[in-house]
Amino acid sequence: MKQLMLGNAAAARGLYEAGVSVVSSYPGTPSTEITEELSKYDDVYSEWAPNEKVAMEVAFGASLAGKRSFCAMKHVGLNVAADPLFTVSYTGVNGGMVIAVADDAGMHSSQNEQDSRHYARSAKLPMLEPSDSAEALAFAKRAYELSEQFDCPVFLKMCTRVAHSQSVVETGERVVPAAKPYEKNIAKYVMTPANAIRRHPHVEERMAKLAEYAETSDLNRVEEGSDHSVGVVTSSTSYQYVKEVCGDRFPVLKLGMIWPLPEKKLRDFAASVEKLVVVEELDGFIETYVRELGLSCSGKDVFPLLGEFSQNLVAEKLGVAPHTGTKLDENIPPRPPAMCAGCPHRGLFYTLSRNKCTVLGDIGCYTLGAAAPLNAIEMTLCMGASVSSIHGFNKALGAESEHKTVAVIGDSTFMHSGMTGLANIAYNQSNSTVIIVDNSITGMTGHQQNPTTGFNIKGDPAGKIDLEALCRAMGFKRVRVVDPYDLEACDKAVKEELAADEPSVIISRRPCALLKYVKHKAPLRVNADKCVGCKSCMKIGCPALSFKGGKARVDETLCVGCGVCAQLCKFGALESTAKEG
Amino acid sequence: METKNIMIVGVGGQGSLLASKLLGHLLLEQGYDVKVSEVHGMSQRGGSVVTYVRYGDKVASPVIDKGEADYIVSFELLEAARWLEYLKPGGQIVTSTQQIDPMPVITGAASYPENLLEKMRAAGAKVDALDCLGLAEQAGSSKATNIVLMGRLSHYFDLPEEAWQKSLEAMVPAKYLDLNRKAFALGKNA
Repeated sequence: MKQLMLGNAAAARGLYEAGVSVVSSYPGTPSTEITEELSKYDDVYSEWAPNEKVAMEVAFGASLAGKRSFCAMKHVGLNVAADPLFTVSYTGVNGGMVIAVADDAGMHSSQNEQDSRHYARSAKLPMLEPSDSAEALAFAKRAYELSEQFDCPVFLKMCTRVAHSQSVVETGERVVPAAKPYEKNIAKYVMTPANAIRRHPHVEERMAKLAEYAETSDLNRVEEGSDHSVGVVTSSTSYQYVKEVCGDRFPVLKLGMIWPLPEKKLRDFAASVEKLVVVEELDGFIETYVRELGLSCSGKDVFPLLGEFSQNLVAEKLGVAPHTGTKLDENIPPRPPAMCAGCPHRGLFYTLSRNKCTVLGDIGCYTLGAAAPLNAIEMTLCMGASVSSIHGFNKALGAESEHKTVAVIGDSTFMHSGMTGLANIAYNQSNSTVIIVDNSITGMTGHQQNPTTGFNIKGDPAGKIDLEALCRAMGFKRVRVVDPYDLEACDKAVKEELAADEPSVIISRRPCALLKYVKHKAPLRVNADKCVGCKSCMKIGCPALSFKGGKARVDETLCVGCGVCAQLCKFGALESTAKEG
Repeated sequence: METKNIMIVGVGGQGSLLASKLLGHLLLEQGYDVKVSEVHGMSQRGGSVVTYVRYGDKVASPVIDKGEADYIVSFELLEAARWLEYLKPGGQIVTSTQQIDPMPVITGAASYPENLLEKMRAAGAKVDALDCLGLAEQAGSSKATNIVLMGRLSHYFDLPEEAWQKSLEAMVPAKYLDLNRKAFALGKNA
């Protein structure tokens, strides 16, 4: 049956049909839905791992045991998993192993715009790159065949527009291949120098064989065109933009396998056209290879290194007239993302802002604490960096910073990469204050469970790590919990822990206001007789509050009655609607 | 058939994903090739969000670019104005008159522009504006704004009412079906 399917759901379907048995991932936009979809199948074991390195090693373990395994991550997650990646390339696999990595050109929801294709080349692994949902499904299945045929993990490389676009797919049946028996093989799986030296030639031989495969595989195809003045080499979503703009005009070499690249196919294609143009988002990855072959081509001399492409951009660069529209001659204020009404992070960041703290932040919804009007975060780098870098910051500046600087990290991010930084503070003794903002869920990526929530990926009860006990076990004597809806308690905790002459952890704990089980209070309402228009309540940047006609106003459809704004009003103008009647 | 383009714009959390799912189902049932592109993650948090729905004999790009949208369906007035440049010359805007202040307006750094409907019309756009939030509340829930808009959009499509109803049935949980049917009718007949 034909159906519309999200690229990530189609990839999950392909993996399922190919008989995947064990799935371990850490959520990250735009990769998250692959694993979420897989978790809906009862005949697949799936889990959220604490981080991508763990996930990849879990997938490797299952492959070693002889089952088809899978892990998914966003581009920056692959950096975390790079350590096992480069060596699993040497050991190879037993059961097939597929690694999905999703890039985010345009940085819709990411801290950088890295091009993960470089990992395929540097780790010496094949990479398949679908351009729509049907290919995501088909390539996922093919990836397992290649993994077992060539004895290596295979990358399935997604990008935001393929991952988060729905297009038509046809699904098939699940076929689980016979499990391969696990056999002890020290020379293959124990990567001591002596063994690894003997594995490296296998890696190079494998890549040579895969390059031969790339020449004849239907993954890389030439689509004929009527106008040979230009020949386009492209892949992924860029292929769709080229087809949108040019239809069948120019010949196109459409690459579904972007590492290793097919040398002869590229040479033959180049010889068949007057001018070769490489159309690819982010880096000139294919272009670099084409130039290494001594072929002349156009690529990043014309197309941007930054951001996403679109059909108008591709049209303009290929000399086709782009579409244009009429812009409104009006100053349209931007609408940046903001913390939700009732977000538990708001009260904490208001407290930190008010105390003029230097805040080293981390990755999650709470990164929005850097936005106006709170402007509370001064650094965000990568998962876990708040906890590690506050130690370095305080070691560099000493008492000057120790009593005003805090690290802020979410519960899921803390389990991902914050614990090791905390161990360093405990071990090398800096007087640092770490705040774990525990909203009992992985928020930004859309509510995934994590080791502190007590539930697994299917929502069933699971092991639950006790954050307070964990911090104490590391040697922290000052560990305290506050409710971020209680501004007075928050202020007291921050002041006291910053003043203390020893490292401390504050756990700012309240579940995300968007969680289904969270009961909301009645919305607040502004008593116009009491409101003097002082705008004190506007300082917290709540989307449910606006200021009209000299008075504050509450949008009752958004307000969840958290009461943080009411604590700022000296005139008692913010009243609960529940009090009436 | 040449590819047709529908953009759904609004504020993160307003329910544009259900609207695009409904359109995707409807158009696929009509035998078209369909692509729908969504936004997930960071930008969903109260930010400006856009969903692209494209259909025709064979659709290539999953996104809609400037000057290409046959229809812009908007949950919020400022968002309709923001994306106006994406409208094809002669294209149709169907918008809710709801206004939601963005953070720069809330903090006082900017003001919400006035008379946007008139300004969009002066710029040459055909604009159909209605109080979707009010109609949704009349149907029984402010959350049904998306279906009010879909009802209104159905005006401009040469498709039988049953086709819309069938997709509504397929995409909306059974216990909310009556409410949504009511919302659809209120939008359609407004």
